[in-house]
Amino acid sequence: MTSETGIGAAVKRKEDARFITGAGHYTDDINQPGQLYAVFVRSMYPRAEIRSIDVSSALAMEGVVAAYTGADLAADEIGDLPCGWMVKSKDGSDMIQPPHPPVAVSVVNYVGEPYAMVVAETLQAARDGAEAVTADFNELPVVVDLASAHGADQIHEAAPGNQCYDWELGDREATDAAFASADHVTSLDIVNNRLIPNAMEPRAAVGMYEAATGNYTLYTTSQNPHLERLILAAFVNVAAESKLRVVSPDVGGGFGSKIFVYAEETAVIWAAGKLARAIKWRADRSESFLADAHGRDHLTKAELALKADGTFVGLRVKTVANMGAYLSLFASSVPTYLYGTLLAGQYRTPAIYVEVQSVFTNTAPVDAYRGAGRPEATYVVERLVETAARELGKDPADIRRLNFIQPEDFPYETPVALTYDTGDYDASLKKAIELIGYDGFAERKASSEANGKKRGIGFSCYIEACGLAPSQVALSLGAGVGLFESAEVRVDVTGSVSVMTGCHSHGQGHETTFAQIVSDKLGIPFENVDVVHGDTGRSDYGLGTYGSRSLVVGGSAIVKATDKVIAKSRKIAAHMLESTEENVDFEEGTFSVTDSNQSITFPEVAFSAYVPGNYPLDELEPGLSEKAFYDPENFTYPAGAHICEVEVDPETGKVEIVNFVAVDDFGEIINPMIVAGQVHGGLAQGIGQALLEHAIYDESGQLVTGSYMDYTMPRADDMPNFVVDTTVTPCTHNPLGAKGCGEAGAIGSTAAVMNALTDALGVVDVPMPATPETVWRAMEGE
Amino acid sequence: MEDYARVVDRFVGFGGRTLEQSGQYRIPAARAVVWDALNDADVLAACIEGCESVTKLSDHRFDANITAKLGPVKTKFKATIEVSDRNPPQSYSLEVSVKGGMQGFGKGRAEVELAEDQNATLLSYRVEGNVGGKLAQMGSRLITAAGRKMADGFFSKFSERWADTI
Repeated sequence: MTSETGIGAAVKRKEDARFITGAGHYTDDINQPGQLYAVFVRSMYPRAEIRSIDVSSALAMEGVVAAYTGADLAADEIGDLPCGWMVKSKDGSDMIQPPHPPVAVSVVNYVGEPYAMVVAETLQAARDGAEAVTADFNELPVVVDLASAHGADQIHEAAPGNQCYDWELGDREATDAAFASADHVTSLDIVNNRLIPNAMEPRAAVGMYEAATGNYTLYTTSQNPHLERLILAAFVNVAAESKLRVVSPDVGGGFGSKIFVYAEETAVIWAAGKLARAIKWRADRSESFLADAHGRDHLTKAELALKADGTFVGLRVKTVANMGAYLSLFASSVPTYLYGTLLAGQYRTPAIYVEVQSVFTNTAPVDAYRGAGRPEATYVVERLVETAARELGKDPADIRRLNFIQPEDFPYETPVALTYDTGDYDASLKKAIELIGYDGFAERKASSEANGKKRGIGFSCYIEACGLAPSQVALSLGAGVGLFESAEVRVDVTGSVSVMTGCHSHGQGHETTFAQIVSDKLGIPFENVDVVHGDTGRSDYGLGTYGSRSLVVGGSAIVKATDKVIAKSRKIAAHMLESTEENVDFEEGTFSVTDSNQSITFPEVAFSAYVPGNYPLDELEPGLSEKAFYDPENFTYPAGAHICEVEVDPETGKVEIVNFVAVDDFGEIINPMIVAGQVHGGLAQGIGQALLEHAIYDESGQLVTGSYMDYTMPRADDMPNFVVDTTVTPCTHNPLGAKGCGEAGAIGSTAAVMNALTDALGVVDVPMPATPETVWRAMEGE
Repeated sequence: MEDYARVVDRFVGFGGRTLEQSGQYRIPAARAVVWDALNDADVLAACIEGCESVTKLSDHRFDANITAKLGPVKTKFKATIEVSDRNPPQSYSLEVSVKGGMQGFGKGRAEVELAEDQNATLLSYRVEGNVGGKLAQMGSRLITAAGRKMADGFFSKFSERWADTI
């Protein structure tokens, strides 16, 4: 059924009414009686030994209630911030996980690392108190440059050569043999630039403690409140899980950066217990730049071996990935299991070998950022493929078609550990080619040239592994947690429904999409379905939102729970209709007896479940509320074709994106408007990486792009009018047939832009971001 | 991996930003007079914009309190200046360390040379330094311009002391 609000309908987002009227309820909107304010004192040095910290002047100031250092947390046995994914090196050894105290104790390792916290009656008093904290540092040699970090001065005692791990995947010998027999080898040196996530809402926390019960409540900007609670309880030792409630209310964007458990909320909830007072902290924008986990930051040497006709025979990739100063929560998995495994792309490349060395530097921790590993993999593969096509004189679409995994090849096992369940890559490419008008490109190029402009076109056929993840696969690869999802569908007496999910919405529109699924399945009005998320006190459990998993995993759990509700309702209905289950049909919210005109509505059944007069109490419990847990059997594999057309002004080096087409296969779609919105946002971030964004530390370890004066965020006038469309091959293993759409835009678009730009300039590579200066230099052959 | 370093170096013009600046000023006074003035705490205090105090602890050490603005960051700085290679009245080197509380810090080395030029003195300086903390985060792009402005401001006031004598 595609009703106006059912599955497949472009329903306007429920949540937008509050967001666009300023009525959203964010962490910083939460205030408690007697609330205190925390301000963190952060290192200005990229690396220094802490000789002493003096908080006495701060404590003497009016309004200051407490001032804590790392030693105070350590004295209360508050543990280190853990990394949740164990990656092993080639030699089988465990990755190095250096100590990561939430508040620095003896050494600071990046600019922005907190080494003290001041708590005061007002924010201003806390700021003044923080200003009064003095410390004596002994500056140490800094390691900033990624290329030379391995072998530079050792940052952590535990990490010789600053290496975290040296990982590999694939068959080295087979790949070397493929290269030895190849007719042509295309190779590229690729820099994947470092990015800062820049969620619109800065991170924040309000910690509370009730001495009478020993209950803690933490409001914080988390993409996964249950995981936050688990880590704070089990690893950081703040409180028992049952004594700690974590709530993520409205959250204004995350893009990965709010998956992780950070120092600030850890210290805030601990101090709330210590002082038995509510404490609020909210990052200012400068703190977000310094202390949110950054993204990407790879150096890669990539080689593609081909036959003379363009058939791919082997792919060899060697990457150095920056972990920053400490391992953030999922940092280790991003350049390995979310990167190396995707290097097959959409192609039948028979032999692939990838090595990844991750290293520590004196910079902010680096972790997942929209796409997480998959944009890096797509960038490597799609830049190589386009370059190979140019070197062999092939059409970039043809060389891709020649190598695509074909629809009849599925399920397709790649040489890098994944099994793609379904797809039709040429269908997306074909549609994208039509939409951009590839046939007319030569004409458009000539017309640009006549106007003194250079025009180029670039393709990117990406694939991603989403819907994280089958728990047993993830656990066998080193994950520290399962990756299933939970749902509860609670039917009220009057037939309205609350849906509790373990996923968290921070811009994705779950309140709408999930309500569409449930209202469609139960045949009740969309308005009668309320989606509850982000509260460990209200949802059983959950692993949160990232990796385009919410609809695929969380939505599937909701389908399972809803099916259980329908199954029980059918039994109740059969009793009420004096028939048998087998003879009762359920359609559009009405139970009816086959071949009769007797029927009863879903709300009537619900009422009977709670007011069980006419009810089979000898067979069924009263009430109508069902729970389900769903663990996917495979990842999902959204894929698509992005084509970008740029025009470059040779006088200034300014790049304008004149055409951008994204055709994505997300499987079945619940709300096409939300999907288009997700794609638009992803494209803006992917294009931002290509043309604008860059986090730069100077050689002394200072972040010099620490504000919007120097870190360029994409703006509306940097973007073209996107043309987005979809093709559909339903996912074969989840009940929705859905694949996930949250990251695709950021995964596919970057390579398309840079392929178009290098085509326009006639050069092999331009480093990102391709600012006018960079482009101008590339044109000058510098 | 040298290749990458090269690529990054070449294209990322604005990594590795240190302040490097040099300049020359003609001061209408005899070299010995200029030298004495440069070593006089009161003169320095009068010529440094935003200067609240300069204390001369010895021929080799000055402390100063200065309020300065770099882009959006305005703060009070405590500066310590260590004088080395003192070669009166011809040249000296300065190690400067500036601390601005939570706003950041700066450090640098300056070399100053005085040459006789008829009745006047040619002062040449070369400074190299870098900043950290919020100063780097917010203001690094502005440092060269700010440094130039500060030097120009200082020497223009410094030169004015002898304006009447010409």
